[in-house]
Amino acid sequence: MTAPIYQVEGLVIDLYTPTVSVRAVDGAGFHVAPGETLAIVGESGSGKTVMTLGPLGLLPEGVAVDLRGTARADGKDILAMSPAELSRLRGGFFGVIFQDPMSALNPMLKIGPQLAEQARRFAGLSAAEACKEAVSLLARSGIPDPEDRYDRYPHELSGGMLQRAMIALALAARPRVLIADEPTTALDATVQAQILALIRQIQKEDGIAVILITHDIGAVSVLADRVAVLYAGQVAEEGSAIDVLTAPVHPYTRGLLASVPDFRSDSASGTKEIPGIPPNQAQLEAGCRFADRCDRVQPQCNTRRPRLQTVGMGVVPHRVACPVVIAAEGIVTHD
Amino acid sequence: MTDTPQTDGPMTDAIDARGLKVHFQTAAGLVRAVDGVDLTVRRGAFHGIVGESGCGKTTLARALIGLQSATVGQVSIFGRDRADWAKADRKGFARAVQFIFQDPLGSMSRRQTVGQTLEEPLQIHGIGDNKARRARVQELLDLVALPETVLDRLPRSLSGGQRQRVSIARALALSPQLLICDEPLSALDVSVRAQIVNLFARLQAQLGLTIVIVAHDLAIVREVCSSVTVMYLGRVAEEGEAKAVFSDPAHPYSQALLSAVPSPNPVTEATRPRILLAGDPPSPRNPPPGCRFSSRCPVVEPRCREAEPVLRPVAHGGAAACHLADADAHAMI
Ligand SMILES: Nc1ncnc2c1ncn2[C@@H]1O[C@H](COP(=O)(O)OP(=O)(O)O)[C@@H](O)[C@H]1O
Ligand SMILES: Nc1ncnc2c1ncn2[C@@H]1O[C@H](COP(=O)(O)OP(=O)(O)O)[C@@H](O)[C@H]1O
Ligand code: SF4
Ligand code: SF4
Ligand SMILES: [Mg+2]
Ligand SMILES: [Mg+2]
Repeated sequence: MTAPIYQVEGLVIDLYTPTVSVRAVDGAGFHVAPGETLAIVGESGSGKTVMTLGPLGLLPEGVAVDLRGTARADGKDILAMSPAELSRLRGGFFGVIFQDPMSALNPMLKIGPQLAEQARRFAGLSAAEACKEAVSLLARSGIPDPEDRYDRYPHELSGGMLQRAMIALALAARPRVLIADEPTTALDATVQAQILALIRQIQKEDGIAVILITHDIGAVSVLADRVAVLYAGQVAEEGSAIDVLTAPVHPYTRGLLASVPDFRSDSASGTKEIPGIPPNQAQLEAGCRFADRCDRVQPQCNTRRPRLQTVGMGVVPHRVACPVVIAAEGIVTHD
Repeated sequence: MTDTPQTDGPMTDAIDARGLKVHFQTAAGLVRAVDGVDLTVRRGAFHGIVGESGCGKTTLARALIGLQSATVGQVSIFGRDRADWAKADRKGFARAVQFIFQDPLGSMSRRQTVGQTLEEPLQIHGIGDNKARRARVQELLDLVALPETVLDRLPRSLSGGQRQRVSIARALALSPQLLICDEPLSALDVSVRAQIVNLFARLQAQLGLTIVIVAHDLAIVREVCSSVTVMYLGRVAEEGEAKAVFSDPAHPYSQALLSAVPSPNPVTEATRPRILLAGDPPSPRNPPPGCRFSSRCPVVEPRCREAEPVLRPVAHGGAAACHLADADAHAMI
């Protein structure tokens, strides 16, 4: 296996507003290697965005933040970096695609010049080279007639085209890690399929690492090599996409997958629901965060916090934080 | 407290729309948002309306119940002309037919508690005294499985799923027979989506409702809907029984739309044949001549650009508007 290019361990992120403090990330971690796509899956509020972007200094505005743990990009400790170094890293090493393209694009500027500026600043191109690069980025992102679109303002593009323009923007600095935060949530299935295919193609061509943040199991199944399932700021289960999506062990992962119908499967897949809602992260209780919604809950779940244990024999470690199911189903662990 | 709408009898359809058009005059030209739709929804059906954004789903849903006035066309609800009914008995019509908006917050007052939100329609329609209304509100909470503790909260402080439950409860307050919902699931997480969809299914069985749901999530439509309409650029591309349409779509657009839905199983996903539909849908300002799908259709023929296909019966028992689809065969892309 290739060594990870972005690696986060034991991350704890506390957010404070004047009225509440929230443990948004509670001892979670993940890693991604060049050429690999990691999907971070979980319901809204589970901490996906904060966990992935927080170490890069991209944190919610207007809240006080306390962040601990380790985070390395290309072997360098990014939590020890100065704001200037971090900003350079964000612009160059990492490329970020957000759910809402308008949060990344300046509505007052034409698309092309925004791309060119990014390429000039972070990929070190001359103004003339950067302009050419912008056109080729638009073309590469599947935007028809890129010379024409170069001179368009963001509001003149359709939703799908805007998403492509933002991908072009994220690629302008030639990143080595592309982070896509819910890139297709607001799009039609037809356009979503196009965007996912585009991300896959870019990754193949450039051999970059991709982190896909999503609550859409379908998108995970299209793109991911590995999956980390996040629940209430903690990793419940992680492993290869095939292990996690076809042989899930954690009751939350199982519940999540059972709530997604698969109309191509003959077996009645259905829309089973997980009762209840995620816990209030302002109240930190001992024990498993999933306990009050779990159909396998045991008395000890409320007092002992489960840790990730490696199950199965796959090349890609499959790790699960549920001692109850592991014991009840006689699953062999080795670590 | 329910008064059954006077109808031609129990056999009439819940909705029968003929030749419905909604055109918008805009600075940039005429927008044919809904452009000649015939739609029948049977009583007791759970009917899905699907299609890409901009194809006219919301406009159609609104026009069906008169929230949007139609340019031409006629709609009957439970056998009565909708316009006449709404004119003759506005409150009676409002009790029988309810609309659920895409954004639950947008349809509730920010300053009203959940309790007030639920009680308001009862007050407006002068139903019951204080005590009876309280009891009805409690009943509504039970119907949508919300705890009593939400009564004093403001909609803003609820989770997305809870808000959608409140807007469903509010729509149910007057015991409607027909519920029309515009993308009630789109803003929700998957596991919550399953909760709400199951709630709709349960309410329908329990209360004998007819439900029309505009939805993005095709897998869920196939799972819960009894019938479905696939729209493209203001027209019906295909319609029929949901399971039948989904397992043997006759229209190339339906085929492409279904193909775009990924399988949650990565093994299936990696091996299944996939159709990638290029481009966004063209604008309803100037739909392509002939078949509206011809500019994106992988199996387009010269005649498709000349004559617009009409809905014809197809093998699955429903109908499709494609020159290559009839009761004997259809093209597979
Ligand atoms: N601006 C904010 N103010 C207060 N709390 C926030 C803010 N943004 C996020 N949080 C908290 O952090 C948690 C994780 O948020 P986030 O990472 O955005 O979740 P996800 O991306 O999984 O939807 C949320 O449950 C929320 O409680
Ligand atoms: N009030 C309006 N004025 C002008 N155009 C409109 C109006 N409402 C909708 N449209 C246009 O009509 C078309 C169909 O819109 P809509 O019914 O909202 O589609 P959908 O719900 O399928 O996304 C779109 O092109 C939209 O821009
Ligand atoms: S540790 Fe207990 S509560 Fe947590 S997922 Fe496992 S069985 Fe459920
Ligand atoms: S009529 Fe022609 S263009 Fe239209 S869907 Fe059928 S084959 Fe395609
Ligand atoms: Mg997020
Ligand atoms: Mg709509």
